[in-house]
Amino acid sequence: MKSGGKKTIVSATSLQNSFDRRSVVLAAFGGGIGTLLAVRMGYLAIAENEKYRTEAESNRVNLTLIPPRRGWILDRNGAPLASNRADFRVDIIPERMNDKEAELESLGELLSLSETRMRELRDKFEKSRGFAPIEVAAGLDYEQFAAVSVRLPELPGVVPQRGFTRFYPTGPAVGHLIGYVGPASAEEYELDRNPLLITPGYKIGKDGLEKQFEQQLRGVPGARRVEVTASGRVIRDLETREDIQGKAVQLTIDGPLQDYAARRIGLESGSVVVMDCDTGDLLCMASMPSFDPNSFSDGIGRLEYGMLRDDERVPLRNKVLKGLYPPGSTVKPMVSMAFLEAGLDPEDSVVCGGGLRVGNRVFGCWNRRGHGRVNMAKGIYQSCDVYFYHFAQKLGMDVIAPMAKHCGMGQEFPLPVVSQFYGTVPDPAWKMKKFNREWEAFDTVNATIGQGYMLASPLQLAVMASRLATGSKLMPRLVLDPKAPSPASMNFHGNHVEIIQQAMKDVVNGPGTAGRARLPIPDIQMAGKTGTAQVVSLSVGNGRSGPWKTRDHGLFIFFAPFDKPKFAGAVVIEHGGGSGAAYPIARDVMTFLFDPKKGLDALYAFEKQWGGTAQERLARKYAAYAAAAGQDVPPVPRREEDIFARVDAEARAASAQTELETQAIQPRPNEHGVGGGTR
Amino acid sequence: MMSIVPAPVARQPWAMLIPLFLLVSFGGAVLFSAAGGHMQPYAASHLVRFGVFLVVAIALSLVSRDLVKWGAYPAYIGTVLLLVLVEAMGAIGGGSQRWLNLGFMQLQPSELMKPVIVLVLARYYDTLPLGMTAEWKALVPAAALIGIPMVLVLLQPDLGTALAIGFGGAVILFLAGLPMRWFVAGGVLGAIAVPLAYFFGLKEYQQRRVTTFLDPESDPLGAGYHITQSKIAIGSGGFSGKGFNNGSQSHLNYLPEPHTDFVFATMAEEWGMLGGLFVLAMFGLILGWGIKVARASTDRFARLLAFGMVATIFFYIAINLMMVMGMAPVVGIPLPFMSHGGSSMMTNMICIGTLMMVNRWNRSGPRRSFA
Repeated sequence: MKSGGKKTIVSATSLQNSFDRRSVVLAAFGGGIGTLLAVRMGYLAIAENEKYRTEAESNRVNLTLIPPRRGWILDRNGAPLASNRADFRVDIIPERMNDKEAELESLGELLSLSETRMRELRDKFEKSRGFAPIEVAAGLDYEQFAAVSVRLPELPGVVPQRGFTRFYPTGPAVGHLIGYVGPASAEEYELDRNPLLITPGYKIGKDGLEKQFEQQLRGVPGARRVEVTASGRVIRDLETREDIQGKAVQLTIDGPLQDYAARRIGLESGSVVVMDCDTGDLLCMASMPSFDPNSFSDGIGRLEYGMLRDDERVPLRNKVLKGLYPPGSTVKPMVSMAFLEAGLDPEDSVVCGGGLRVGNRVFGCWNRRGHGRVNMAKGIYQSCDVYFYHFAQKLGMDVIAPMAKHCGMGQEFPLPVVSQFYGTVPDPAWKMKKFNREWEAFDTVNATIGQGYMLASPLQLAVMASRLATGSKLMPRLVLDPKAPSPASMNFHGNHVEIIQQAMKDVVNGPGTAGRARLPIPDIQMAGKTGTAQVVSLSVGNGRSGPWKTRDHGLFIFFAPFDKPKFAGAVVIEHGGGSGAAYPIARDVMTFLFDPKKGLDALYAFEKQWGGTAQERLARKYAAYAAAAGQDVPPVPRREEDIFARVDAEARAASAQTELETQAIQPRPNEHGVGGGTR
Repeated sequence: MMSIVPAPVARQPWAMLIPLFLLVSFGGAVLFSAAGGHMQPYAASHLVRFGVFLVVAIALSLVSRDLVKWGAYPAYIGTVLLLVLVEAMGAIGGGSQRWLNLGFMQLQPSELMKPVIVLVLARYYDTLPLGMTAEWKALVPAAALIGIPMVLVLLQPDLGTALAIGFGGAVILFLAGLPMRWFVAGGVLGAIAVPLAYFFGLKEYQQRRVTTFLDPESDPLGAGYHITQSKIAIGSGGFSGKGFNNGSQSHLNYLPEPHTDFVFATMAEEWGMLGGLFVLAMFGLILGWGIKVARASTDRFARLLAFGMVATIFFYIAINLMMVMGMAPVVGIPLPFMSHGGSSMMTNMICIGTLMMVNRWNRSGPRRSFA
């Protein structure tokens, strides 16, 4: 380029040379690029072929899980309490949507969703984590389903499919017992990173047995491999593996009885428990009012939540397990058994003049006019308080409390339930620990009539009834086991069981407090014991009228036939205004067990007054609430679990023994309704 | 042979034409597949356009040297005016626009500028006294000739085409014999200017294209999607491909623009590495022929013109292939003779026609070869 002397002499020759050299350089550069491209091509296509082949396949092939059909929940006779119904459904996966608002609008139009429903969907959108599918609608007819399906290209993220929806034939009757299913929450998915949990249309058990038996009921998902375009349009099916249905769970529950009892509770708030006296099988665990688990499966909506929350009868609480009540006089057979075992002669008697003086205090009997001479049998069937005050003072709380526990009070049972409350059986040690106070005479007085600190759940009362009736330590069972259990003996001595059976028979069939509980079946006699639990003191209300919350709880424990017990149970009616609210229900439930036709006739008569079955009334109530609430329905807490946790917490708080009792509870005059003849 | 084949046929540059025909036919086959196994809408119009522009190229090859020299500046001025026109129309119509609608096709003046810049610079250095080649003041008009269209095209904004124009111009300057140290200095300046241009000169979407190119997996569903899907298409093809009409990436729409910018990926998925090497070989034959034509020509104007045309085609090929293989950012440059698109076919066939023209000049008389 530069020659020795003169600088940059440019000539045609030098430029020709320069062109030749530089064109060779450029050609070589081009050749180099070409070689580089060839090498790169080889690297991609040969060396990394496998990787990219896999990626192309994962682009092309879309694996969708087919939610497994959930196992059925059966009653003891194999009838379904929870089954599946084939239907058409539409879900959305928020993170795959482009224009959420526009897509929601057009879905709302296609499926004619109500304004409330649209607002609930928007609620769910706000809370959604994107990957978790949201149910838009289920139970669609084919036209609606098809209308969405054909518009899929404009609705990315929308998943219409044929699926199965959980179906509870008896609805609210099994709500508390079985629980309900719903889409897994983000928290649940975080705990269990199973892709099934975020598959549209898949529901997991959220409460009750559905939750307890989740793994067994779940089954194995099927899978569908399809070829899809980049926009998600399915080109063709490649291969399909069928799902495997979850295993069924068979319960000891008698479905028709459960439904009957739930309906029979009627307008009251309460629970009915019935046990089999040979096996301990729980035949019925009805708790009303309740919710309809069918309507919960797409999540708890604003309206439902509002209605259930505003109801002072707490429809979300399973009262069988989580209702705690002072057992009232229903403890008297158990206390009598404690006396017998402590050596008291059943013929030992006391004269009841309407009250008992202990020291300088007088403890009143509910019958202010007095019962006259009272032995143990009369003490039970007339429910004489003085009899129990008197002998309890003599024998002491240390006789009563262990027997209460022995009979199941204050105990938890090995049942597959989410939670159960165990209540309180007070004794001197308990009081010292809790309040740092000595046990006093009036504490014993309160305990012998099932008041004061004593608290029990309806399930415990039923267990107590069954153990007293049979003398066997029956354990309640919820899952059907063909093997009959061999319950331990309660080790009651002599004819003590017969004495109690006889006295409790007379409560119903003799000169007792529950004559109206007699079964309308000639050869079967039911034994029972009434109870009334005061929730406010005598000065606040009379326990029968006035605000619902101030009325007495009505209780009844029973078994039948009295001498060869086959069934035992308990009925508790919250604020029923006394035991008169409870024992007619027990009577009808037992009638239904021995003679279904007679039982149903009685029920139909009541339902005519009440305005339909429990399911019908709930539906009507919902509609009325929806109409009244209009647009001002408060939103639902973000997690459904919180709703139930709150209900539980409130129940616990309500039953917490925070106040120190300073005196004996005054039994309400004529609480058992005999003598006065008014009830 | 000479006796059988008529002379006008035998005279044609078959060393270039046969690879070109093979390549265009292959391109047609790939477009046939990209349309899901149909001639419409891509393959048929691709072949028709090639036919039309082949006639244009042959016509161009008959133009005389003097006419080309005479027309260089008017062509340049005309094209610059067209660029200004689209810019003005864009400003009036609102929103940028790159083309003029001629009715039968949409003309991109910036495409036309690629061969025209080569032409006008070749003419400039042809008329420039040889002694001034290495002087500063001679560089200024050349820089202006390159700079004006580059700025206009950048305003559109079309970075890929602007770079193509710059590249074409730079190759002419290089071959014209400008001092080597200027290019070294230019390279250093460029190394400094590139980061500055990146941060201040590029629009945000262009910046993103560059960053995504450097790490496509960082945004696999956004801007990196193109590169990732293109690499998947090429890589999954393997040695011999998935077979004609069997590419899942293109047929299921995973590959963006399977008929234009990413036509090579569409091809490689179905034909594999063999197809890729075939395409590279055909390009190699065509460009090699072009270099031979340039080196064989006898005067400065023809040499620069021919080599510039080769460089223009090369730039298309290199950038497009590097882009689809994940070695360059996505700049939107089609692959010559294979991608569907009228403007690029026009540009490349003008380049081919110009090369054929120079080839004819070379044959018709090596007038000053040993002068």
